Amino acid sequence: MATPSIQLDSTTKKLSIIGFSGDFDKLTAVFTLATGAAAVGYEVNLFFTFWGLDAIKIKQGRSPVGKGFLPKVFGIFMGGLRVAPVSRLNFAGISPKIFRYLMRKNNVATLEELVEAAKILGINFYACEMAMHVLGLSKEDFIPEVKDVLGVATFLKIAEGGQTLFI
Amino acid sequence: MANYKIDITKEHCPMTFVKTKIELSKLKEGDILNVLVSEGEPLENIPGSAQEQGYKVLSVSPAEVEGTHLIVIQK
Repeated sequence: MATPSIQLDSTTKKLSIIGFSGDFDKLTAVFTLATGAAAVGYEVNLFFTFWGLDAIKIKQGRSPVGKGFLPKVFGIFMGGLRVAPVSRLNFAGISPKIFRYLMRKNNVATLEELVEAAKILGINFYACEMAMHVLGLSKEDFIPEVKDVLGVATFLKIAEGGQTLFI
Repeated sequence: MANYKIDITKEHCPMTFVKTKIELSKLKEGDILNVLVSEGEPLENIPGSAQEQGYKVLSVSPAEVEGTHLIVIQK
């Protein structure tokens, strides 16, 4: 039997998350795991694709970002972090407001606070080249913390040797 | 050599770890951070993760308020 080609260094701790969803609750899961892991010494990589790209847009509200007519229409409907819907029982955007209220009331970090913490902790943000192309988005549409625009092969290289999640 | 204190007894996961990490990253060589934590996850994990990241855990002891502990960490 062949020995595995990847030798895991027991001291290397790495978490890579594919942020596919643009939902408020799922993004909260992404940033909770990411900041928690970074705080206990993990290298953390966040790779945003499709709806997940909403989380890293500079314009956090509903804005016609994107190049071309259809991407602009999509941009308005999708919006950014501030208008992210919850994946269930969204009630036309009322539920995220209730969640934010409950989080503050119970002294739990809100999504915005987690994103700010992720920036402070030096978590690596990446954006998916293909999804950006489809949605007419460019790196300039994203927050400056986005380190690079990547494809699958580069992401796999970055994630190699660590744990990977798809949310 | 400075001595700092942080109270994370009112915080919840992951901010317990995040706030501790941010304060630890501000320390200079020899500085001390006193972390007041609640029992459970923070108490179980903060000393170990601080050590893993190269800090010295000088002591872990029960604090005045019941159910809280003081972790003393040095860079």
